Amino acid sequence: MASFDHPFLPNASAPIRKIMLRAIGVVSIDELYSDIPSEVRTNRALKVDWLPSEQEVKSHIDRMLADNKSASDMPVFLGAGVYNHYLPAAVKAILARTEFQTSYTPYQAEISQGLLQSLFEFQSMIADLTQMDAVNSSLYDGSTALGEAARMASRATGRKKILVPEALHPGKFSVLKNYTEPAGIGIETLRYDRETGGLEKGDLLSKIDRDTAAVYCEVPSFFGILDPEVVNLPSICHAKGALSIVGFDPVSLGGLKPPGEYGADIVIAEGQSISTEMNFGGPALGMIGCRGEHLIRQLPGRLIGMTTTLDGKQRAFSMVLQTREQHIRREKATSNICTNEALFAIGAAVYLSLLGPQGLRQLFESILVKTSYAIKMLSEMPGVVPRFKGPHYQEFVVSFKGAKGTLARLNKSLLGHGVHGGKSLVKDFPELGESALFCVTEVHSTEAIDKLRLLIEKLLEA
Amino acid sequence: MFHQAKWEEPLLLERSAAGKKGHNTTRPSDIERKVIGRDPWNDVPKALLRNGLPPLPEVSEPEVVRHYTRLSQENFAVDLGIYPLGSCTMKYNPKVSEAIAQNPKLEKIHPEQDESTVQGILSLLHRLDEFLAEITGMSRMSLQPVAGAAGEYLGALIMRAYHKSKGELEERREMIIPDSAHGTNPASAAMAGFNVVVVPSNSEGTVDLEALRKVAGPRTAGLMITNPNTLGIFEKNVLQIADTVHDAGGLLYYDGANFNAILGKVRPGDMGFDIVHLNLHKTFATPHGGGGPGAGPVGVRKDLEQFLPVPLVGFDGKKYFFDYDVPHSVGKVTAFHGNIGVLVRAYAYILSLGPDGLKAVAETAVLNTNYVLAKILERTKFELPFSRRRKHEFVLSAKKISEQTGVRALDIGKRMLDWGLHSPTVYFPQIVEEAMMVEAPETESLRDLDELVEAFIRAGKETESDPDRLRSAPHNTSVGRINEVKASHPKTLTLKWNNPNAGGKTPGKNPGD
Repeated sequence: MASFDHPFLPNASAPIRKIMLRAIGVVSIDELYSDIPSEVRTNRALKVDWLPSEQEVKSHIDRMLADNKSASDMPVFLGAGVYNHYLPAAVKAILARTEFQTSYTPYQAEISQGLLQSLFEFQSMIADLTQMDAVNSSLYDGSTALGEAARMASRATGRKKILVPEALHPGKFSVLKNYTEPAGIGIETLRYDRETGGLEKGDLLSKIDRDTAAVYCEVPSFFGILDPEVVNLPSICHAKGALSIVGFDPVSLGGLKPPGEYGADIVIAEGQSISTEMNFGGPALGMIGCRGEHLIRQLPGRLIGMTTTLDGKQRAFSMVLQTREQHIRREKATSNICTNEALFAIGAAVYLSLLGPQGLRQLFESILVKTSYAIKMLSEMPGVVPRFKGPHYQEFVVSFKGAKGTLARLNKSLLGHGVHGGKSLVKDFPELGESALFCVTEVHSTEAIDKLRLLIEKLLEA
Repeated sequence: MFHQAKWEEPLLLERSAAGKKGHNTTRPSDIERKVIGRDPWNDVPKALLRNGLPPLPEVSEPEVVRHYTRLSQENFAVDLGIYPLGSCTMKYNPKVSEAIAQNPKLEKIHPEQDESTVQGILSLLHRLDEFLAEITGMSRMSLQPVAGAAGEYLGALIMRAYHKSKGELEERREMIIPDSAHGTNPASAAMAGFNVVVVPSNSEGTVDLEALRKVAGPRTAGLMITNPNTLGIFEKNVLQIADTVHDAGGLLYYDGANFNAILGKVRPGDMGFDIVHLNLHKTFATPHGGGGPGAGPVGVRKDLEQFLPVPLVGFDGKKYFFDYDVPHSVGKVTAFHGNIGVLVRAYAYILSLGPDGLKAVAETAVLNTNYVLAKILERTKFELPFSRRRKHEFVLSAKKISEQTGVRALDIGKRMLDWGLHSPTVYFPQIVEEAMMVEAPETESLRDLDELVEAFIRAGKETESDPDRLRSAPHNTSVGRINEVKASHPKTLTLKWNNPNAGGKTPGKNPGD
């Protein structure tokens, strides 16, 4: 083809091409492609758009995105796995360091110490926060972390059944199914108590058996409930030779007990909330950790370890236990994961370093207070009932009295008044009737919650 | 002369001291507390309450920023120099894509928002779906997979669903994979419940057609392959390969790892592939973040659309919407809609280049790589097993050099670090002894390429004049050669506080103690 000058392509212009072609000993670029059968070649221009200047590209996409209404334009009371937290400016500043941003997986450890040390610090901080022996340097997101944890538990126990709460994000459940079904692992769901929203212990005891590889629970639960029964889960599991998997919320560990302290074997989390913005749900940050050498050897993904230089004089870091991984073990690897979310693992390390012990505890308290406040605000009007009694953190279910469609109409009206309501549970949890899952974090002002309350009151009356 | 920063930076927790803080965290609201009328701490079940403070470092904001800035200086990156890591397509990541992604209208949207509030991003995703389908020659894409391996896994799940729909899944348990394939291919196939059947390469370094014909049959679920393959050689018998697999009733999967070589030149759909993934963090120039994020959209031919994950993005002529109407959908492969931030950057990249530009990307990548290859073969003793015809990458063998001097491919790669270059991929693919896999993406200038060539020449000379210099390399990096064996022990994976329950102040022991 003809010469093409472009800022990303220093050698595409005719004079440089000529020099290079001569050095190669061919007369044209086409000659470099001459071994490709003509039947498969694309002999026309691709039908994709082109904008000739950088400014046009930027303003074109800016204009497209301008059609979105974001949490900066209106209060958005959505959570369900993706959370709007305030990200300290320093987190963004560090993630913008292109030495991190534009690097590859640290295969050459000596020239990648910065990344390796940062990831090691991430692993250490999460291991400390959760009281686990090891944490990997990231998985894709919370949903695939659950899938990987289930497979890991099955490998470690040789068993083929996993118990999960029926109160689980439907997307997460679907991903879990896709990770377990091909491995012959069956999923059974555990009922939640219709009054408290917590784990129905009798149901757990009747379903856990000698085929059970693991039981999964979340603190807080999908409904935002802090269920004290979860601390008994590991001993119930261990009595049956099963493992316990606990899903945690990173910020909540500022005030809540580390799962390792009550005996959890594997922990997983969605770490988006402490590392990056919502970005319509991705990229996110999957976390996984575990206890004991037996399980560590079953961990999926990259692990960073501390070592020294060969001469023993300097501390250094490198990827370790790589014989678990696909590039060495191929079809016998613990997982196929290669690309992960390393950048956001660094983000999480920076976030936790900045907040420190006091900050993380204070943030937990802020959200705890706000959750109670929001529940109270939404419980003092006719036709609206917080669904579950008991302590909540960050999220809670609210039921609306009224015929089918009440919630959908309410949410639509709320939007018209510049407020985005909670996530409708109507389709996925029909037993809860006209219910929605509301979320508040430190970014939701008292005024925004008051406005939500006033609007709901007004709109339901109308 | 290159010298990497060498800060001997301690771990952050070693800078910790009681009473320091790095952030003014949002405080609980007094008004809210007053309205509640009780201490919400009392609501938290005792059994779930943390005893004391969480064990985290106590450091100031400048300390945190300096710490991680120093660490960033101890990290090689595309923004610092050429990264000829074969099979990884480490090209320059355009800054305009970054600028575009730093938009609150993108960053601050929640995946469960009402469709009416996210028309902008939905229109972008819809358009990107069309672009990528056109670029690959497929009918429809799923933008959900967040990495190449995640795309492969989705591809394998689609194969399961396809064979299941024909009532043949029980029978079709075999995934055929060439011996030169990436490790993720067999790992993904095995994860999806398939048995891996390896098909050998012939003397030209391409799939041995006869061997393929022998293994393809009623047990075949599919074939996973890259083209050009990991040696950088175009599988010119690709149509016969496709026919063989299709005649056996299997599906053909295209691993997009090497798509940069044929962007705008050849479309996987036109080569007979049924399922395709692209690595947007490779071909479409999104930054790889030290290992992630990435994105691995998957495209399928028309009759496989019914198996794609939900939701797709539809358009009814007026508005964009999430389309859950996919009759035999495999479900979801990530909780929400994929790595949207990465997808937006890739969209910006396509617009920045357009049809001619995308084609020029492939052509220039192939030109660059062949230039480097020609120069290396002309001026060094590195050998090139198999055919001379390469596309975007090639795999040298340092076997002869190694036999003569005792210097191994690894040592040569480490020595290159001393000159401010990243090492090529070493010891992959396994079918080449003492392999050094080189890829010279299109974003590298002639001057950079000449430096890369010089590095091979210089390293080659040193293997004879000063082999110890290579065996003890690197010398100019933040740390010298690392003892990786010592690190490979479960006890070296974290450094914990001695007394975590008390929010201890002293770091734990060093590894190996």
